[in-house]
Amino acid sequence: MSSASESMAKRKLLATIADEDSVTGLLLAGVGQISNEVGKESNFLTVIPGKTTVDQIEDAFDNFTTGRDDIAILLINQHLADLIRYKVDSYTNAFPAILEIPSKDHPYDPEKDSILKKVRRLFGE
Amino acid sequence: MSGAGNREQVFPTRMTLGLMKGKLKGAQQGHSLLKRKSEALTKRFRDITQRIDEAKRKMGRVMQTAAFSLAEVSYATGENISYQVQESVQRARFQVKAKQENVSGVYLPTFESYINEDINDFKLTGLGRGGQQVQRAKLVYTKAVETLVELASLQTAFIILDEVIKVTNRRVNAIEHVIIPRTENTISYINSELDELDREEFYRLKKVQEKKQEAAAAAEAEEKAAQEAAIAAGAELSKITRVTSNEEITNDAQEVEKLALANGDDDLLKENEDDVIF
Repeated sequence: MSSASESMAKRKLLATIADEDSVTGLLLAGVGQISNEVGKESNFLTVIPGKTTVDQIEDAFDNFTTGRDDIAILLINQHLADLIRYKVDSYTNAFPAILEIPSKDHPYDPEKDSILKKVRRLFGE
Repeated sequence: MSGAGNREQVFPTRMTLGLMKGKLKGAQQGHSLLKRKSEALTKRFRDITQRIDEAKRKMGRVMQTAAFSLAEVSYATGENISYQVQESVQRARFQVKAKQENVSGVYLPTFESYINEDINDFKLTGLGRGGQQVQRAKLVYTKAVETLVELASLQTAFIILDEVIKVTNRRVNAIEHVIIPRTENTISYINSELDELDREEFYRLKKVQEKKQEAAAAAEAEEKAAQEAAIAAGAELSKITRVTSNEEITNDAQEVEKLALANGDDDLLKENEDDVIF
């Protein structure tokens, strides 16, 4: 348990994979962190439709979830999570926690959320 | 359950029987304890799932408000501030701290938001126009992220509890359906083996007794035969003694008498008397 709490103590940041508006808002709240360390350059990925590829989103997802050890929560737009749904659904670790958030253009659909899906399955709905 | 053949490979002795009985008791106690733990966790789990459901819906509303305030910002500033915001980010003002909560031996992490007021990366954002809106958007988004952090800790607790409940239930089922029946099978096996040994031992004793009786009967029969011979000899002898003196006793008769004396004087005497009476 001690090793788990140690690794937890290191996790302080919130990472973001979102569209431009959501990223701007979250950065205004102060979640952004830029550093010179290799692999930890920035903790947010702005997804610009038509410019950012699914591969890039996947890479960022892997980096934030398994690559970095200082991320506590990963915020990802739901419509972007849909693009890498298989990855999000197969992700079972407790740390970092993955949170699907709504974006301005895409209303939130609780049916798609991987955690809520688990909740529904558990209660047999 | 899983057949009588399912048992531990033990040597059936009274000591292993004692061990197995202790094991069965321990397994039953562990089973009840684990069952209670699982119930406590499940209660907590239901509570959390309900709160997650509520929080997710709340998050939808909060994020909508936040997006609206951002729209206000872009309206007021008249330009897209996202580039400026993204470029001026340096250090995270908004961080989280993980704390642990103990629920029946399971450590559930909870995130606590923690804002470092010294860091302000957006001093110049909205300097020209819409500074107020930017400030408001900052506040609204900070609130929104706090909600998100709350939701994230619920979600983490959900995932961990889910895992722990699965493990606990697996253990409960393993004890209930594998360990307890197997130990019971082993105990009944040892008991039956011990009973079998008892029966064998009893039979053996009976047999030995029988053999002994046979041997005793045989010995008696032989003795009787010898006595008869002795009596016959003795009768002759008495006749001889009556008729002739002791010196005339043959070697053979002497020997017979010796034997008869060794076998029991009284009997011989009685027999003699009987004989005399008849």
